[in-house]
Amino acid sequence: MQELTQYLFSGITTGAIYAVIAVGLSMLYASTELINFAHGEFVMVGAMALVTLWVHLGLPLPVAILGAIALGCTIGLLFERFAIRTARSPQPIVLIIITVGASIFLRGLGMITWGKDPFGVPSFSSHDSIEILGAALVAQSFWIVGAAILLAGGIHFFLKQTLTGKAMVACAVNRKAAWLTGIPSETMAVLAFAISTGCGAVAGIFIAPITMSSYDMGTILGLKGFCAAMIGGIGSLWGAFAGGILLGVLESMGAGLISSGLKDAIAFILLLLILYIRPGGLFAAKEAKRF
Amino acid sequence: MAQNTKKLWIEHSLFLAVVLVAGLFLENAYYLQILTFIGINTLLALGLNMLMGYAGQVSLGHAAFYGIGAYTTAILSGTFGISPWLALVAATGAAVFIAFVVGLPTLKLSGYYLGMGTLGFGMIVNILFREWAPVTGGASGFVGIPPLAAGPVNFMSGRAYFFLVWGVVLAAILICRRILASRMGRALRSIHDGENASLAVGVNTHALKLQIFMFSAGLGAVAGFLYAHFVLFISPGSFGFMASVKMVTMVVIGGMASVWGALFGAALLTLLPEVLHGFAEYEMVVFGLILMGVMIFLPQGLTKGFMDLISKRRRRDHSRP
Amino acid sequence: MTKRAIALLTAAVLCLLPASGLMAKSVYKIGGIFSSTGRASFLGDPEKKTMEMMVEQINAAGGIDGVMLEAVIYDSEGDPGKAVSAVNKLLYKDKVLAIVGPSTTPTTLAIVNFVERAQVPLISCAAGVKITSPVKPWVFKTAQSDLLAVAAVYQHMKNQGIETIGVLTVSNSFGESGKHQLLNQAKDFGLEVVQAESFGAKDTDMTAQLTKIKSQGPDAIVCWGTNPGPAVVAKNAKQLKIDIPLYQSHGVASPKFIELAGDAAEGTILPTGKILVTDLLDDSDAQKNILQSYEADFKAKYNSNVSGFGGYAYDAMNLLAAALKGSGGDKTKIRDTLEATRNHTGVTGEFNFSAQDHNGLSPQAFVMVEIQNSTWKLIH
Repeated sequence: MQELTQYLFSGITTGAIYAVIAVGLSMLYASTELINFAHGEFVMVGAMALVTLWVHLGLPLPVAILGAIALGCTIGLLFERFAIRTARSPQPIVLIIITVGASIFLRGLGMITWGKDPFGVPSFSSHDSIEILGAALVAQSFWIVGAAILLAGGIHFFLKQTLTGKAMVACAVNRKAAWLTGIPSETMAVLAFAISTGCGAVAGIFIAPITMSSYDMGTILGLKGFCAAMIGGIGSLWGAFAGGILLGVLESMGAGLISSGLKDAIAFILLLLILYIRPGGLFAAKEAKRF
Repeated sequence: MAQNTKKLWIEHSLFLAVVLVAGLFLENAYYLQILTFIGINTLLALGLNMLMGYAGQVSLGHAAFYGIGAYTTAILSGTFGISPWLALVAATGAAVFIAFVVGLPTLKLSGYYLGMGTLGFGMIVNILFREWAPVTGGASGFVGIPPLAAGPVNFMSGRAYFFLVWGVVLAAILICRRILASRMGRALRSIHDGENASLAVGVNTHALKLQIFMFSAGLGAVAGFLYAHFVLFISPGSFGFMASVKMVTMVVIGGMASVWGALFGAALLTLLPEVLHGFAEYEMVVFGLILMGVMIFLPQGLTKGFMDLISKRRRRDHSRP
Repeated sequence: MTKRAIALLTAAVLCLLPASGLMAKSVYKIGGIFSSTGRASFLGDPEKKTMEMMVEQINAAGGIDGVMLEAVIYDSEGDPGKAVSAVNKLLYKDKVLAIVGPSTTPTTLAIVNFVERAQVPLISCAAGVKITSPVKPWVFKTAQSDLLAVAAVYQHMKNQGIETIGVLTVSNSFGESGKHQLLNQAKDFGLEVVQAESFGAKDTDMTAQLTKIKSQGPDAIVCWGTNPGPAVVAKNAKQLKIDIPLYQSHGVASPKFIELAGDAAEGTILPTGKILVTDLLDDSDAQKNILQSYEADFKAKYNSNVSGFGGYAYDAMNLLAAALKGSGGDKTKIRDTLEATRNHTGVTGEFNFSAQDHNGLSPQAFVMVEIQNSTWKLIH
């Protein structure tokens, strides 16, 4: 019984990591209908920037966090401007490959900038483990869950309640119509990218104390983040959050109760199931394809 | 129509001639080997090209079929000592069957969803290769694949294998051309141009997409077979997400819906790492830039892209007084 | 029409590329394949640097029998496919006399058939048992086999009175090979493996696996992997307040592990090549001199610490240099000399090759250390 509780809470920790990554991904889709396969690399940028700014340069934590987010946003802006907007033919297959190319490019840049070694980062608060109902958690887990909730809730509010957010969603639904009503669709796209990649960087910052940060940490995290976003329903912020937590818990349970070797397959099996049974995701509308 | 057929015959004969010249007169085993790898990659690109270029379906997990072909022959001929030629039949059959089972539900999706479905499938198969260690050798790979032999001919030398691979490539090109010229080919192109319209005229789009998916899986498995008996060692790392990406890149860069485009893309992507060796640390950065660059500026692929540029220039020159 | 022309032109250009020139007799060309980038770069990078350093040193001292060395080194990126194209370049384009590397077991196994066919000696820096067992005439290796590493760990456990253990391994070739040895050798040391789990190289949380192992109540846990996974395992073990001994493999025998795991590394026991604890060795230790000189040279040239991994390349180069002497560039002579090498004191251990043993190391190649106060302490 005690093991089950541990699996559950460990699963929530890992799930929060997936959730915080999935939120940024879903947000971009909600505002641009684009799926960014390079999202995992922005997570890497956030984490590695934190390592440089906080650990190596010794800046105070809040400054380092802001700096890392700024770096993520800037790269996102450049990415949108030069890679996405200049694309001659924005079909899904072309955009997919552009973002895949971008992820390889960013990973290569990361390797040159930060080298190939992994780096550790101290926890934001205490190092000791906390006991809850017989399961042991580290304090950083709470930071991550908190970040995930704040991001999901914050962006959800932004997209649903603020004028800018609603304008962004309008561009995603029908670009021409939005433009006709006076919404500057190009600015909206830039903004959407900046926010999404900034979220990715935030994810990297908060998970760095738990994971070991290296230039290639983004690939598998990005893929799992996708699966989480799809499971929850791509485009839905709370869906991304829920999808992430669910995936983490199921992975942990799977590792504990069935087999740790096949744990990685759980994410992709769930992805396939969701695509076949309910492509809109668990928490979104039932429509299957928007293309 | 006769003019078209004549043109095709000339193309294929020229292709055969170049292959023969290269195979017979190239002395350096290194170049023969590179060309052999280009041949294997061309098979992969051809199959995927039929699926992506003509049937319009994106597949981000195609390395799974490449791996299924390689592992099936490795296990059957390596562990069980079955003749590799029989293993080839089994490998192709396995891939085609799995493509049928997976394609049935997956090809009903479209756009991003199809891409993700194939990606998920590819990852699951890769994990299976890695975890089913007693059968596949696990992460350390499969050692002890026997080399090929057919009667007196021993396919160990670079030259013999070169001819084997390119012979298969020529056969594959002819088969693809046959399909495209047939009724099936026309139906395929109609799906690519507008699925709803072709549905409206009674084309069974789902069945057609499934058949092409199975065909491309079969070609991938043959490529896997050839790879396994060439290197005599395989490991899961060669059949993962990056391999699938590389395959898609070959098709897209070479030019979708173009048989020679598949060859060009395969050649380019096989040669690129050799050329980039000098860049060492910068190889990933350069590869990513090239990928992005081609997709941003020449999304119809390099072959068609250059053609368009040249014809645009020609038109401009002609319109000037 | 033009489309076809371009495709055919490409093929024609490829055919017209001239083959590589003749081998100049005034240089001994040797090849290197290392994973200097990619997942295994912590192996390949020091190995490449070491090989380059040694070639420089040998040439500065006048070469071998007055002939200069030329090293051609390619990056395998840890990818067997790239290793294959690299080895073929070395064999048929650069036409080398011998090859040092590759750094990992899958990349080595991928090229073994090619070097055997071409009859060129290969000295691998990878640990996999399959590389030299069964023995292949042209393939040697300088890295300690995980067979020996596991034996060292198990011997220590037996001495401590441990009877049941839990096993946690990475799902890559290093971890898998280790797991194979751990499961096979347990009985020989009176040990029983009560639970075996695995984790991915980039996984962020291993508490589920550790919880499962802990629930079976073993006397100790052994984790087999390379950074950063084992560091996460150490941290998770601390988080779960697991107080039974945690053993690691020689894959984490580097200061990086202590840096990543922080105070969770305290009390970890692992086997390592002597290079990690050179200063702690007895002056009478036969390897101390060569260890110190390698460390001094490497630090002077690259301003960074040595590692056991670079040491594999150091030994390979020394063995190769000795084999090149008097060979006149004859590959068969080089191979025969290598096979006949006895009592060669290297950085990794003492090498005694033979027709049946192309690894040449004994259990003395490992010492057991424990991490205390964030540094290594020799234990017996």
